[in-house]
Amino acid sequence: MEKITFDQLQEELFHEKMSNGLNVYILPKKGFNKTYATFTTKYGSVDNTFVPLGKDEYVKVPDGIAHFLEHKLFEKEDGDVFQQFSRQGASANAFTSFTRTAYLFSSTSDVEKNLETLIDFVQSPYFSEKTVEKEKGIIGQEITMYDDNPDWRLYFGLIQNLYQNHPVKIDIAGTIESIADIDKDWLYECYNTFYHPSNMLLFIVGPVDPDKIMTQVRDNQAKKDYKDMPEIKRKFEEEPPQAAEKKQVLQMNVQTSKTLLGIKALHVDQAGEVLLKNELTMNVLLDLLFGKSSENYNKLYDEGLVDETFSYDYTQEQGFGFAMVGGDTGEPDKLAERLKQVLLDAKQGSVFNEEQLGRAKKKKIGAFLRAVNSPEYIANQFTRYAFNDMNLFDVVPTLEKITLQDVQKLASEVISEERFSVCQVIPKQK
Amino acid sequence: MDSTAEKITELQGYKLHIIETEKYKTNTFVWRMKAPLTKEDVTKRALLPHVLQSSSAKYASTTALRSYLDELYGATLFVDLAKKGEYHVMSVTLEIANEKFLSDPAPLLQKGFELLSEILTNPNATGNSFDKDTVEKEKRVLKSRIQSVFDDKMRYSNVRLLEEMCKGEPYALQVNGEAGEVDTITPENLYEYYQKAFLEDEMDLYVIGDVNEEEVKQLANQLLHFEKRTPKKNQTEKTTDRTEVNEVKEVQDVKQGKLNIGYRTNIVYGDPDYFALQVFNGIFGGFSHSKLFINVREKASLAYYAASRLESHKGLMMVMSGIDLKNYDQAVGIIHEQMDAMKKGDFTDQELEQTKAVIQNQIMETVDTARGLTEILYHNVVAGTTISLDTWMNDMNNVTKEEITAVAEKIQLDTIYFLTGTEAGK
Repeated sequence: MEKITFDQLQEELFHEKMSNGLNVYILPKKGFNKTYATFTTKYGSVDNTFVPLGKDEYVKVPDGIAHFLEHKLFEKEDGDVFQQFSRQGASANAFTSFTRTAYLFSSTSDVEKNLETLIDFVQSPYFSEKTVEKEKGIIGQEITMYDDNPDWRLYFGLIQNLYQNHPVKIDIAGTIESIADIDKDWLYECYNTFYHPSNMLLFIVGPVDPDKIMTQVRDNQAKKDYKDMPEIKRKFEEEPPQAAEKKQVLQMNVQTSKTLLGIKALHVDQAGEVLLKNELTMNVLLDLLFGKSSENYNKLYDEGLVDETFSYDYTQEQGFGFAMVGGDTGEPDKLAERLKQVLLDAKQGSVFNEEQLGRAKKKKIGAFLRAVNSPEYIANQFTRYAFNDMNLFDVVPTLEKITLQDVQKLASEVISEERFSVCQVIPKQK
Repeated sequence: MDSTAEKITELQGYKLHIIETEKYKTNTFVWRMKAPLTKEDVTKRALLPHVLQSSSAKYASTTALRSYLDELYGATLFVDLAKKGEYHVMSVTLEIANEKFLSDPAPLLQKGFELLSEILTNPNATGNSFDKDTVEKEKRVLKSRIQSVFDDKMRYSNVRLLEEMCKGEPYALQVNGEAGEVDTITPENLYEYYQKAFLEDEMDLYVIGDVNEEEVKQLANQLLHFEKRTPKKNQTEKTTDRTEVNEVKEVQDVKQGKLNIGYRTNIVYGDPDYFALQVFNGIFGGFSHSKLFINVREKASLAYYAASRLESHKGLMMVMSGIDLKNYDQAVGIIHEQMDAMKKGDFTDQELEQTKAVIQNQIMETVDTARGLTEILYHNVVAGTTISLDTWMNDMNNVTKEEITAVAEKIQLDTIYFLTGTEAGK
C-alpha cells in the first residue's frame, strides 16, 4: 500500500493495485459520519462495439445495454441487493454515464459489511430471462420520464447535432425499441468483457482505518478466481471534426424557450496531464467569457436574453468532447447569435487581461476546496480522472500554471463556426 | 454518536447559531428570515433576496459584486425561498474558503462576514427606493422563475397537488409568489417591505466551520445588529375535513402521467408521535426497501419512481410516481393497498428495524453537510422546539409497531392529482 500526501489540502490518499489488477484507493476523512464507496467499471454507453471476451469478431450491442446491466446487477437469485444494504443501514445506488458505470453505497455504520456487500454483488452477476423482461417496464418509464423533460431533450438534442457517428449521440438509457432486444445472454457478454477487476476502480472515502480496509479488500479479492484478461478491444467509427447539424428545433409542451449552443471539441485523443490542462483551460475560458462576473453575462442578463438558468459546461473524454452554453430565453435565435458572436470575438484575441485571469483562477481554486468537502465528489471525480490517466489532486497546481497565452491559444483553435451547433426547445405550435 | 454542538446566542434582533467543526475546508454562513406565509407578501418576499444579492451600495453592479466574490477565492453567494409549514423563509447563503488551506493568508472569514453584512444592510438604494433597474431586471427573472415550473412536470404536478389540496389555505401559495402580482411591485414599495421584514421577521444566522466562537460573536455583534422584536406566529387555522376524496385529473401533452397523492397526517414536528410518523413514512414510501417502491416498481413494473415524503410543519404526506397513462387505476389501487397494510400493522419487525437503521443513517449523512445540518437544526426554529439530534435519534429508535399503526389511523387521504396525456385510455 502506498501513501500519497497532499500538504496544502491536509489530505492523505492510500493506494494499492491488487494482484488481479483492481485499483483500490482510500481517503480517510476525519470528523465525517459517512463513509462513501464507489466501485466503478470503465464501461459506459459509448462502448457499444467491441470484441467480447473469448471471441475474435466485433459485435454491436443494443443501445442502452450498459445502463440496463447496471439496473439488473442489483437483482440476485435470493432477492434484491437494495434490501440487503438497507438492512445494514446503508443507502445504495448506481449510475451509468457515457464512459463509466458506478455502483455505490453510503453508510454511517457497518462499513465493513456494506463494503463486502458492494464488492460481492458487483462481482456475482445473476441474470434470468424473467427478471430481464420485468425490468423493461421500469426502464421504459425511466425513458418516458426523460422524454418529457425539456432540459434533457435539449442536452441530448445538441449532442446529436454535434456528432455524426460517435455513440455519444445515443441516449444512455437507449429507447423503448432498443431495450426490447436485450436478453440475458447479451448482458453476460457485456458483463464478462467489462467487469474484470483490471478494468475497475474501488474508491472509499470516510472515517475509516486505511490498513484495515485495504486488508479486507485484499482478502476479498484473493478468494475470487480471476484469470488475466487481454486488453479490451473497442471500436469507434471515424468522426469528422465539424458539427453534424447546424441547428435543431424541438417543439415541446413548455411555456419557456431554451437555447443551447455547442462547440465540438478538438484534440479528443488527449489523456493525462495534457487533457487535465486542456480541460481546465477550457473551463477558465468559459468562465472568463460567460461567468457571472463577466461583462458578457451581465449584458445578456440586463437585456433580458438570459436568466438564472444560464449555464455552461465542458466535457471531454476519450474520443469525444463538447462545450455547451445557454439556458432559458425569450428570444432563442437572438441568444444563439449573440453567444456565437461572443465566441468568435474571443477567437480573434486580446479580450482578457491578467487581472481577470487571476480572478478566474482564484475562483476555480476556491471551488475545488468546496468540492473536496464532498465525499461523493472526491470518489466520483477521482475515478473519472484516473480512468483518463489524470490525478484529481493535480487540479490546483495545474490551474496555477495556466497563462493568458494558453487561454488565447485554445480560444483561437477550438472556436470555429464549423464546430458550432444550436439546439432549441420552443413551445409547441397549436 | 457525534452530537452536533450548536451554540445559540441571542443577539440584537436575531439568534446566532455557531457550529464549530473541522470537517470542512470552507466556512458557511446561512442567514434566515421567517414570516407567516400570506398572499399579500409572498411575491415581495420572493423578489427581495434576489434584489439584495444582485448588487449593493458598495458593489453597485452585479459585475462588481461577482468580481469581488471571485476575488475571495470564488466565495459562493446564493439566495433561496422555502415554505416551512405556513411560514415563508428567505435564506442568504455565503460559503467561503478557509484560508488555512490556501497559500494566501488573507482573513477570509472576516471578509465573508463583512460582505454578508453589506448584502443585508447596505443595499443598492437611494432614499426610500431600491435601484430601479435592478428591481425591474429581477422582476422579469422572477416571472420566468414562476413560469418555468410548468415545464418541469414532476415539480408542476406537485405544485398542482398542493394548490388543489390546500385551496383556501396559505400553504397553497407558491414559494416564488404569484405571476400576476409581480407588476404591482415598485422599487419604493419593495424598499418599504425590506425595512418591515428586517424589523419584524424572525431572523437566525448559522455559522458553520472551523471557526472560533468568540471571534464569530464579536464579528456578528459588530456587523449585524437590528431592533429587538417578537416574531409573529401563525394563527393555526383548522383545515376543513373532507367528506370525500378530492380527485383531480388534468390533461396536457405529456408522454408519462404524473400521479401525486396528498394525505393529511395531522401530526407536526414537536408532536409526541412525530417520530412514529417518520418511521411510518420510511416503511410506507421513503426508501428503496419501502412498500411503494417494492410494490409499484419492483413487483408491478409500473414506474421508475414511487415514493412518499413528509412536510413536517404543515402535517402533509405526499406520494409521487411517474406512470404510463393507462395504468392509473392499477397504480392508485396498489398505493391504497399499501396504506391499508400500514393501518392493519401488516409489516414485519425486519421492515421496522431496517427502516430505523436507514433513517438513522440518512440523518447522520445529512448533518455531514453544512447545508443539511442547517436544515435539520432550523426545524427547531420553525416549531419553537429544542429537540436535540440525540433526542431525535433516540426517540425514533424507540418507536413501536403500535405507535405506527396509531399514526396510520390519523392519516387521512385528501387529494389524488393526475397529470395525464392526450392519449390516455388508448
